This record gives sequence, C-alpha cells and structure tokens, in this order.
Amino acid sequence: MSATALDTRAKLPVGSWKVDPTHSTASFAVKHMVVATFRGSFEKIDATLSVGEDGAGQLVGVVDAGSIAVKDENLQAHLGSPDFFDTERYPELRFASTAIRRDGEQLAIDGELTIKDHTNPVQARGTITDPHETLGGAVKIGVTLETVIDRTQFGLEWNAPLPKGGFALANDVKLTVELELAQDSE
Amino acid sequence: MRVLGVAGSLRRDSHNGRLLRAAAQLLAPEAQLVQFNGLKAIPPFDEDDEANPGPAVDRWRTEIAKADALLFATPEYNSSIPGVLKNAVDWASRPFVSAALRNKPAAVIGASTGMFGAVWAQAELRKALAAAGARVIDRELPVAEVEHAFAVDGTLAEHDQQLALSEILAELLAESAERDTRIAA
Repeated sequence: MSATALDTRAKLPVGSWKVDPTHSTASFAVKHMVVATFRGSFEKIDATLSVGEDGAGQLVGVVDAGSIAVKDENLQAHLGSPDFFDTERYPELRFASTAIRRDGEQLAIDGELTIKDHTNPVQARGTITDPHETLGGAVKIGVTLETVIDRTQFGLEWNAPLPKGGFALANDVKLTVELELAQDSE
Repeated sequence: MRVLGVAGSLRRDSHNGRLLRAAAQLLAPEAQLVQFNGLKAIPPFDEDDEANPGPAVDRWRTEIAKADALLFATPEYNSSIPGVLKNAVDWASRPFVSAALRNKPAAVIGASTGMFGAVWAQAELRKALAAAGARVIDRELPVAEVEHAFAVDGTLAEHDQQLALSEILAELLAESAERDTRIAA
C-alpha cells in the first residue's frame, strides 16, 4: 500500500453529510437492577458532518428528548418527566464535536454533549466508511460512535435503592449512534 | 396564580389544614391558595373503574388541572403518608402520559404531634409525586409537636419555620411562573 493511499484513508470525506433519520439510530444502554442491561432509543435525531477542503470536520447532532422510545408507555412517560429528561423544560440533547481524528476505518471524536443544560466533554470512538454511491446516485457514508457517560453529570440523578443492596440503575450509560449520512448536494 | 392546597388528614381540625392556612398568609399577593376538601370522597383506586372513575375523581383531577401549583401538607401515619392521600395521588397519576399531575409544580410540607414533623411522610410523598411526573420542589418543612407550633394569629410561631415556609412558597411560585413562561414561548 502506498503512502498516498494511507494518507487518503486518514482524511474525512469532504463535503456536507446530512443524516438519513430513517436509517440512523441513537440509543442508550444502562445496567438495570444490577444484573441486566436495559436499552432504549430516540426516534428523532438530526446530525450533520461538515468537512472542509482542508480536511477539518465537525459533527453536530441534535436528539429530540421527547422522542425517547422504550417498550412500556408508562416508563416512556416517566423518562420524559422531571425525574429523568424533563422534556418539557429540556426538549433537546445536543452534541458538537471539537476534534475528529480518523485512522482508516477507525474514528475518534472529542466533543461536548449537552443534556438538561449540563454540558460536559465526551470522547467517542467508532468507525467511518468511505463514500459509496447508492440508489438514485445518492452518495453516502456510515458513521458509528460509542461513548460512556456518567448520567449524574448531566442532571440525570434518579435512582432507587434495592432491598438487598445496590441501586435500580447504574450511573454509567453507554450511548451509541449509528448514522447513515448522505452527501448534501446543495 | 392559583395554588391548590391539599391536607393529607381528613380530620375537621387537622393540624395540616392549619399549616396550609399558615402558608396562605405567606403567599405573594398575586397568588391565592384554594384548599381541596374532597379527599374523603375519592374512591379506592381500581383499574377497572378507570374508564368511568366518578365525580369525586373528576373533581380532583379538574382542581389539579386548574391550579398553577400544588401545596401538600401531610401528617405521618406509620412512617408514611395517609392512605387516602396516596390513593388520590394514584388517581391523579393515571394515565401517565396525560396525567393531571404531570409537570405540575408541587411542594410538600408536613406537621405531626411527634418530634419528627412528618419528615418521612414528606419524603415519601415527594417520591410518589415525582414518580407520577410532577415537578416537585426538593425542600421539606417538618413541623414537629404541632400543637405548640402556631401563634394566635395562625402563623408559625418559630421564626425559622416561618422563613422556611416562605422560601418554599417562593420557590413553588417561581417554578410555576417559569413553567408558564416556557409554555407560552
């Protein structure tokens, strides 16, 4: 493999890449009742990766907090209440990258995540694909990212002690986004 | 601004009813405290009755909906809240998505004849209200040995308690005002 090829694989694809919300997901996983992993997701997400000719890029994302989806409607409503995301007061979760590094398919992103007006730095790791022409000539890339946050640093402090010790919810929450991004021709 | 006061004791001369009246004297001029008196009429919660819960439950939910904020004053029975009060909270929490309590600003105070001032009951009530989706003020006012707690004019005799009650009410009204602004935006 030539040095030139290696260099290309370290660069982000130039252009503006808009999320295809139907084929993208933002989800979370948290240890529940000490023993198991509980997962949920957000139905409405928006994200754009903007990469200049110099290769510098920024990823910004917005999640509609009220679009949280779990398997029980009462739990869903509780997660939207002031006990958790307080969606009436804080309708969005936001992310903005401050640095993006690519090494082949590997992606490392530093950024700031805002939940309930609490903004904290996060580091996410994941993958990125090269652009690929798909149906109708649409050029797309795929980005996956994963990070673990301490939810209590973002104002998500609800918990309940268990009778034999431990708590209903862990503080560490794994966040995962899987994005299908289309080249914005405008 | 309309504050719905709810005393957890049904007794005619309830100490917690007096506590609500003491609170009413401290409210800002733009606020009015209306005391709910229908707790005893609310039937036991039964999911089978949810389709047609009856006039007492309808009235309870309507009063909550009409209020800008809720002020609960609870006694303590067996280290917890009175059954009638929990029952009323349960009715007002259903269905969760459109529940009367959802996002409603609420504060909890309490009085008892013992030396702990219903402090555990207040914690339990805050927990139940939060689980029901209310916007609960994270403050408490334990009024202990309540038979000696009031001055002749009905206010709280101890200055520190009077001050704490004022602060809780101010926080409750601020929460309600902020919510109004948010909804109007």
